[in-house]
Amino acid sequence: MRITQGAFSYLPDLTDDEIKAQIQYCIDNEWSVAIEFTDDPHPRNVYWEMWGLPMFDVADASGVMLEVDGCREAYPVHYVRVSAFDARLTRQTTALSFLVQRPPEEPGFQLDRQEGPDRTIRYTLRGYASERPEGQRYGRGDS
Amino acid sequence: MTAPAGGGFTMPRPGAGGSEQAVSAEDDPPVPLADDAVLDVDEVRRESDVDAVLERLDAELVGLVPVKTRIREIAALLLVDRMRTRFGLSSSRPALHMSFTGSPGTGKTTVALRMAELLRGLGYLRRGHLVSVTRDDLVGQYIGHTAPKTKEVLKRAMGGVLFIDEAYYLYKEDNERDYGAESVEILLQIMENQRDDLVVILAGYKDRMDDFFRSNPGMSSRIAHHIDFPDYTVEELAAIAGLIAAEHEYVLPEDTVRVLRDYLDKRMRQPRFANARSVRNAIERARLRQANRLVSEPGASVTKQQLQTLEPADFLASRVFTDPPEEADAEG
Ligand SMILES: Nc1ncnc2c1ncn2[C@@H]1O[C@H](COP(=O)(O)OP(=O)(O)OP(=O)(O)O)[C@@H](O)[C@H]1O
Ligand SMILES: [Mg+2]
Repeated sequence: MRITQGAFSYLPDLTDDEIKAQIQYCIDNEWSVAIEFTDDPHPRNVYWEMWGLPMFDVADASGVMLEVDGCREAYPVHYVRVSAFDARLTRQTTALSFLVQRPPEEPGFQLDRQEGPDRTIRYTLRGYASERPEGQRYGRGDS
Repeated sequence: MTAPAGGGFTMPRPGAGGSEQAVSAEDDPPVPLADDAVLDVDEVRRESDVDAVLERLDAELVGLVPVKTRIREIAALLLVDRMRTRFGLSSSRPALHMSFTGSPGTGKTTVALRMAELLRGLGYLRRGHLVSVTRDDLVGQYIGHTAPKTKEVLKRAMGGVLFIDEAYYLYKEDNERDYGAESVEILLQIMENQRDDLVVILAGYKDRMDDFFRSNPGMSSRIAHHIDFPDYTVEELAAIAGLIAAEHEYVLPEDTVRVLRDYLDKRMRQPRFANARSVRNAIERARLRQANRLVSEPGASVTKQQLQTLEPADFLASRVFTDPPEEADAEG
């Protein structure tokens, strides 16, 4: 199951040139760009790991791409995303966030239905991959 | 809910100006010209900003023929590449890493600072900013400190020029545990792989740069343009004096220029002569003497013109004129 998170995820995966153009758009808007990765892509997991520090003073997207490539190389089968933070007063929030890498195989989620009193149902989403320990979830034993 | 007339929602998108056209223009490349078509070089020149860039360079920097020639060649290649693209021929960005060598004060730092703006004007750089660093910014203090430091700097410089002044300090041949070598290694890698995104300029004194290149042949071969800055002639130095004076809003009258030439002629033959920097220093000192001259006259009054003018006397008081040659080795 192809996971859709962040912007553009209903589109075909972005090419590197497209990623670069998006990052440049962020830089031109004076947003600081950060790179994050995880192998627990549950929609409610908002705490992905940071790859380095957010970049505040990079002028060109190719500088950020160096880090994107560095992260992909270190975590070849993780999810990697680029987030841009708009620090302006009145905004102070993530302005754009999109995936720049996904594992080759994404087994998807199991939907558990728990029957409660009065025919209520509670739903739980559980990733098949997250049954394995962190670092071994999407094959190829990287850590 | 009914869609607005344009179709779909429209969200304000700050900073998005024009990018959509740019993408669609890339999608359908223009039809190449016929093989027997003829292009007007002057027209292509006019369409680019090359001439404006070169003219500014000529106006603001005196002398420096080798530098200007090389920049002119790079600019010419740009025009040729543009014309080649029109015919559907391939064109690739030339290698642009440079090394500037020369005596003290020959303008290496000045030109390097210009280079970013220049290459951008020629269309070779996307951003045209310059990140100026020395050894301290690249090399760390302990194991594992150097690589992140160097990469951080490279990241900032991407899309512009990375300028490493006094580059030979990066690498200390006699100390094999020096972390500089690690930094050089990363630089080499990026200089090779990110050729389109980054221009690296190294600058320093000739002999020490030669040593540096001898112990780092990889660095030397990645640099396409080794440019040697010649010492200035007296005429050029006098012209530079004019520029520097104008920069501070001072005027050098005819007779002052004559004295100044004489001064430079003598100063050149003395030790520790630093070309244009010596000129700058001479003018700074003349300003001091002028100030003293203007305020020390009892009951004096001054005009705007007096405040602006450096008189021959302001230079004649220099030690270069007053001391016997052997002793006058210090600037003064
Ligand atoms: N061609 C020139 N035209 C006008 N001014 C110049 C020129 N060359 C040098 N200068 C002036 O001379 C001064 C010294 O130049 P610069 O610092 O570039 O020399 P450098 O070659 O880097 O010297 P060093 O090797 O000692 O660092 C600067 O203030 C600069 O403005
Ligand atoms: Mg210098």
